[in-house]
Amino acid sequence: MSYALFTDIGSTFTKVTAADLEACRIVGRAMSPTTIFDDVNIGFQKALALLTEQVGHPMEFDFRLACSSAAGGLKMVACGLVPDLTSEAARLASLSAGAKVLKAYAYKMTDTEAQELTELQPDIVMLSGGTDGGNSEVMLHNAKVLADCPLSFPVIIAGNKSAAGEAARLIEEAGKEAVICPNVMPEFGKLNIEPAREAVRKVFLERIVDAKGLRELAEKMDGDIIPTPAAVLDAITLLSRGTRDEEGIGSLMAFDIGGATTDVYSVTNGCPVYPGAMLKGLPHPAAKRSVEGDLGMRWNARTIVALQGEELFAQDAGVTVEEVRQTLDVFDKTPDILPQNEAMEKIDIALAKSAAKNACERHAGHLEVVFTPLGERYMQTGKDLTDVKWLIGTGGPVITSKDPAAILSEASFSEQEPLSLRPRRASCLLDAKYILSAMGLLSQKLPDVALKIMKNELTEI
Amino acid sequence: MKTLVLGVIGADVHAVGNKILDHAFTEAGYKVVNLGVMVSQDEFIKAAIETNADAIMVSSLYGQGELDCQGMREKCVEAGIGNIPLFCGGNLVVGKRDFKETEKIFKDMGFNYVYAPGTMPDVTIADLRRELGE
Repeated sequence: MSYALFTDIGSTFTKVTAADLEACRIVGRAMSPTTIFDDVNIGFQKALALLTEQVGHPMEFDFRLACSSAAGGLKMVACGLVPDLTSEAARLASLSAGAKVLKAYAYKMTDTEAQELTELQPDIVMLSGGTDGGNSEVMLHNAKVLADCPLSFPVIIAGNKSAAGEAARLIEEAGKEAVICPNVMPEFGKLNIEPAREAVRKVFLERIVDAKGLRELAEKMDGDIIPTPAAVLDAITLLSRGTRDEEGIGSLMAFDIGGATTDVYSVTNGCPVYPGAMLKGLPHPAAKRSVEGDLGMRWNARTIVALQGEELFAQDAGVTVEEVRQTLDVFDKTPDILPQNEAMEKIDIALAKSAAKNACERHAGHLEVVFTPLGERYMQTGKDLTDVKWLIGTGGPVITSKDPAAILSEASFSEQEPLSLRPRRASCLLDAKYILSAMGLLSQKLPDVALKIMKNELTEI
Repeated sequence: MKTLVLGVIGADVHAVGNKILDHAFTEAGYKVVNLGVMVSQDEFIKAAIETNADAIMVSSLYGQGELDCQGMREKCVEAGIGNIPLFCGGNLVVGKRDFKETEKIFKDMGFNYVYAPGTMPDVTIADLRRELGE
């Protein structure tokens, strides 16, 4: 027998998963409260003991790997020049590296913005601006602003290569670490986020793991600790594309609806499918992650209800307005509560549906009709996801829901919004054992095994 | 190397002339940021900012150029690139109007160079060399 152990240090729970690497199956998983402010190993050992008990025999692990979203996850700020160009490119790069992007700044940062940045307390700042050989004035100005900031965050410089050296010097002179990597937008309209994503991972490992109190755990592991969302993105990218020996399942999306936020992932090139549609604006990455900070099942339940309107929400959920109000009050007081009665269950499903729909709408590209002397033309911004084959549901609320398929299909294309390029005929998969982050970790070592396990364990619904 | 932002403005989809200009300007030693067809004023300006462009080259073939180009200079001023040279050419207006009249309309709008239909790229390149002090 050959086993591997995967640990996911979440903000509330430390989850451990054991996989049988020969049978390509998950043998067990367990969790215990995260003990990040004490010694993270305590929670880890407890979870491991529970796991061993569950499996029924002690296991020898070939290797152990871990990811983390503890202590607020990886908090980043992105700085760029034009809001929908280099600033957006830096934001996309940070998101794909698994970060929570607190804010994306554009143009020359002001004193007020510098003050705000200090209050946000980012773990890492990504600085971009200008194409290679393009504008350097704004990035240098912002480098100075970052240098003067009283915090000690490392800065990843991923902007105009002609100004990167000077920017790094400004930041290093102020005693901060600067890491230069290739431009996120080397040429106009060309996105190059992979190197910046790698740089974030490296800085996370060298600097943030210590700052988040994960060093003791890191020493017990046989590989790098990475941010959990980055592990999930790795896993679904592998699942979609496959390896040399094992075929992937094709284009897909994944939804992780949590208590406070909703994460959406897509793996597909997103090129125009609509006949004659032209792509406009910055192209989005083939493996893309977005996070909606205002869509969540508990802390943001009120926002979701407000989006739709209380009455309409109640009607769609099949409950009374009074029940919605009562439930929201309960959620405010006890955000970790699971549904206690039928009304709550219905409201939970309605919240998840709405989160999936809205988050998908924001993640997906859209068409715009333009009337020209040669007739109607379509312009596409963002990714066309209409041909996506699979929708994967992951995260507590979707996994434990009574009707996960209904939640996921809410993300699909709708005749009411024909210009929103959401999936038209995708099938649904459920990550019932919550294995995606573990498989992302495994993909670093044994991609073929990770792919087989995902194919075995994700269930069609 | 000097950078030019090139594109066909408005809802205009004429792609052939755009490709020819891209080729001619590249051959002449410029770095061409070609935005293609159906380009809005905003896109020209945003591209010029990021690439620190030395000039913006606007084409319009479908007769609506006068409408599409209105306010472009003002937008450049707002965006902090008010001094950037603006070039335009093509079938800028509808019908057979006197070119002098057309040229005046576009110069009044803040375009530094206005070209009549059928102008060869060489003419524009010579103007670029002078304008950019090469």
